[in-house]
Formats: sequence, C-alpha cells, structure tokens
Amino acid sequence: MLLLSNSLVSPGFGTIFWSVLIFISFLLILSKFAWKPILSAVKARDEMIKSSLESAERAREDMLKLQSDNEAILRKAREERENILKDARDIRDKLISEAKGKASEEAEKLIEKARLGIETEKRKALSEIHEQVATLSVDIASKLLGQQLKQTGEQEKLIDNYLKEIDFNKN
Amino acid sequence: MKTKILIGFLFFLLLEGAALVSFGQEVEKKETGTEKFDASSFILEHIADSYEWHILTKKNGENVALYLPVILYSKDKGINVFSSKKLAHGQEYKGYKLEEEGDLKGKIVSVSESGVVDEKNLPLDLSMTKAVIGMLSAAIIGLLLFLSLARSYKKTGISHPKGIQSFLEPIILFVRDDIAIPNIGIHNYAKYMPYLLSAFFFILINNLMGLIPFPPPFGANVTGNIAVTFVLATCTFVITQFSGNKTYWKHIFAAPGVPFWLLPIMIPVEIIGIFSKPFALMIRLFANITAGHIIVLSLICLIFIFDSLAVAPVSIFFVIFMDCLELLVAFLQAYIFTLLSALFISMAVPEEHH
Repeated sequence: MLLLSNSLVSPGFGTIFWSVLIFISFLLILSKFAWKPILSAVKARDEMIKSSLESAERAREDMLKLQSDNEAILRKAREERENILKDARDIRDKLISEAKGKASEEAEKLIEKARLGIETEKRKALSEIHEQVATLSVDIASKLLGQQLKQTGEQEKLIDNYLKEIDFNKN
Repeated sequence: MKTKILIGFLFFLLLEGAALVSFGQEVEKKETGTEKFDASSFILEHIADSYEWHILTKKNGENVALYLPVILYSKDKGINVFSSKKLAHGQEYKGYKLEEEGDLKGKIVSVSESGVVDEKNLPLDLSMTKAVIGMLSAAIIGLLLFLSLARSYKKTGISHPKGIQSFLEPIILFVRDDIAIPNIGIHNYAKYMPYLLSAFFFILINNLMGLIPFPPPFGANVTGNIAVTFVLATCTFVITQFSGNKTYWKHIFAAPGVPFWLLPIMIPVEIIGIFSKPFALMIRLFANITAGHIIVLSLICLIFIFDSLAVAPVSIFFVIFMDCLELLVAFLQAYIFTLLSALFISMAVPEEHH
C-alpha cells in the first residue's frame, strides 16, 4: 500500500517520453558511430589472429616436411657415397687382381719362352757337340789306328751307337 | 595500484560522508518540528523522482537544490517551460501548482484563478525531472566514452587494445561471446549486437551512477524508475516481436504437438507469455535497483531513528558493505537484462537446425 500510494510504481508519461528519446538516440548514435567500428575492428583482429595462427601452423608443418625431406636427401646422399665407395673399392680390387693375373701370365710366358730358347740352344749345342765329338773321335781313332778310316756308313753308325751310350744328361 | 585503491576508497568515504551530512541536515530540519522522524517517507522521497535535485538544507532551513526545468502542455495554456523553483514550497506559477496532498501528491496540477485544483484536466507533464537529468548525463557519459573508444579503434587498427580499450573491450567481448552468440546463435547475433551492447552499457552506467550518492548528476535513481525500465523492456519487446519469424508465430498460434482442442487454452497462455516476459524484465531491474537504494537509505536512517551518533559507525560499515554488494548488483542486473533480452530474441529467431 505504501508503495502503491507513491508514484514509485506508476510510470510517469514525461519520464517515459524522455527515456524513449534518450535511449533511442543513445542506441542509434552508438550503433552508427561506436558499435559498428568497434565490432568490425575486433572482428578484423580476431580474423587476423586466426589467420596468423593458421599460417604459423602451416609454416611449421612446411618446415617439418622440409626437415624430413632434408633428412631423406641426406640419407640418400650417404647411401650414394657408400655405393660409390664400394664400387671404387671393387674396381680397385678387380684392377689389382687383373693386373696380378696379367703379370703372372706374362712372367709365365717369358719363362716359357726362355725355357724354349734354352732348349733349342741346348739342342743346337748338343748336335754341334755330336758332330764335334764324332769328328774328334774319328780323328782320334784314325790317329790312334794310324789309318784313315773310311767315311762309311758303318763307321758312322758305330759312332752314333757309342754316343748314344754316353748319357750327356748325367754330367 | 594500492595507493590508487586507497584514494578511491577515501573519495568514496568522502562522498558517503557528504551525502550523510546532507541527509542529516534535512532530517534535522524535520526534527526541529514536532513531528517524529518518518523513515519510510524520507526513503521514498529519495527514491522517487522529483522536479528538483536536492543537494543540502542549510541550518536556517533554506534548501540548496538544482531546480530542473518543468515542461508542461495543456490545451488551454499551450506549452509552458519554466524552472521548478517557481513551484517550490507550494507556490503557484502560471496557473500550475505542485500538489502536496492527496492522490495527486507530487504531481503538477492546473489551478484555476480562484485557487481550485482542476483534477480532471491534468497537464501533459514532460518535465526534465531528476531521473531524466540523471539518465541524460549517463547517456552523455556513455556516448563520450564509446565514441572516444571507437576513435581509438580507428587509430590503433588491429593492433592490441590500449588504454581504455583494454578495460572496455573485454566487456564488449563478454556481451558478444557469452550473451549474444550462445543465445541467438552465430548466424543471427550480429544484427542484435548494437541493441544488446547499448542496453547493457546504458543500464550499467545508470546503475553505477546511481550508486554514487552525492554530487549531481550522480545519485539519481534512474534504473530504479519504473518508467525507464518500462521503456527498456518495451524496446526488447518490440525487437522480439519484429524479428519473430514464421516458426515463432506458429509456436504461439498453433504450437506443434498440441492437441487441437487444447488450442483455445494454449493461445491465450502464449499471448500472455509474450507480454509477461518483458514485464518481468521491467519489474526485475526496477525492483533490484530500488531495493538496493532502500536498504542503503534504511541503514543511514538507523542513525536518525536511534537518534544517536554511536550507531553511525555500525551504520556506515553496513552501508559500505551494501554498496559493495550493489556494485555487484549493478553489473549483475545489466548482465541479466541483456541476457534475458538475448534469450527472448533467440526465441523469436530460432536457428534452423533439423
């Protein structure tokens, strides 16, 4: 009752009139000149922050990818080096072994040749010795016998037989 | 930081003290008369609107007050604008008088030349009363604050908030992220942001200015004036109805899932619901702010009721406590009004998610 008797709960027309006027102008002026620029600035900042975060994330991912790429490349390069080294080692080994083989072959050949030379020389020498010995022994025999033996086939055959009995290889 | 708080607190005490002195003088004047101190009429006078802004009463009983403009319109006398000083102490001016008795107490009435009050033809009263001046000051403060804020946004662009921005921006973002978007939805909220922000800060500034007791334009009971809350609630009502889409009206006039024979009951209920929502908004804000003022004034009145200075420290302690609580209420009521407005708007524009 106390409250109702007072003008407290009965809205006065004048106050309503001024409230409408003041609040509506407050609303309109602020909407146009304050809320619009403020909200758009805040929104722009939000969007910028969002996009910067996104781009940072993207950059981070790119960097990670790059890093893993780098590692892969490095690994590949290391493998390549390994392969090249291995190949080089193989080639070297092969070359050495080839060279060794060739050298020994050559040496073999030389030795063979030398031996053959020696053999022919020996043969030659032996046949020369044969002849020499034959003449010498004929000479010696003629001198010993005092007579000149006829150079017949029988004599020569005899000499050969003697010579064959002598083994030159023994001395 | 600490010194700033201390200075603020001392300033607050000073204001409180000044207000107390002015109350005291007023009461003293009444006490010198034979009548007993009437706390309820004292409190109601301070809460109610008035044509003058009382500052203090001198020892000799003279009032120091801000006399506000009276604006009247009546058919026979046309528009009259004059200072309320002309009507002080029951004086008559240009055939008008401030009624001091009866049902029309506190209203300006027409008086005939023979001195008879014409109760049938009340003049249309568009006076700028205490509440109007308080509200106007709050609106001007708000405008200055937010226009300068908008200017500083133009200057700083999209860099981080500086100065006043860093204080106000979180509140603006709070209204956007915790009131508008969760209720109205991300697609529709932008349209209602200007209203929600304006209502929030209008109520908040008025609430806070109402808490500061002493020098005008502070201390007017604006958001505890039912005409003001009526206008604010009406704005929410109008916005809600005008943004109502097909689903909203369908829910009112043919709620889905309700049997046909129930509709004659449901439609009136829904229509009452349309009006009861803003009505609740109006009453809630008015009652909360008025109640706060009544409690603070009652605590101060205790000193005069007990007629003892010894009560003053206790009284002041409780007043300070209540003022801290009212500070919270000032924010809370602004928040609740805005939140419920957003909620009612969201009911009118339900987001399509089927």
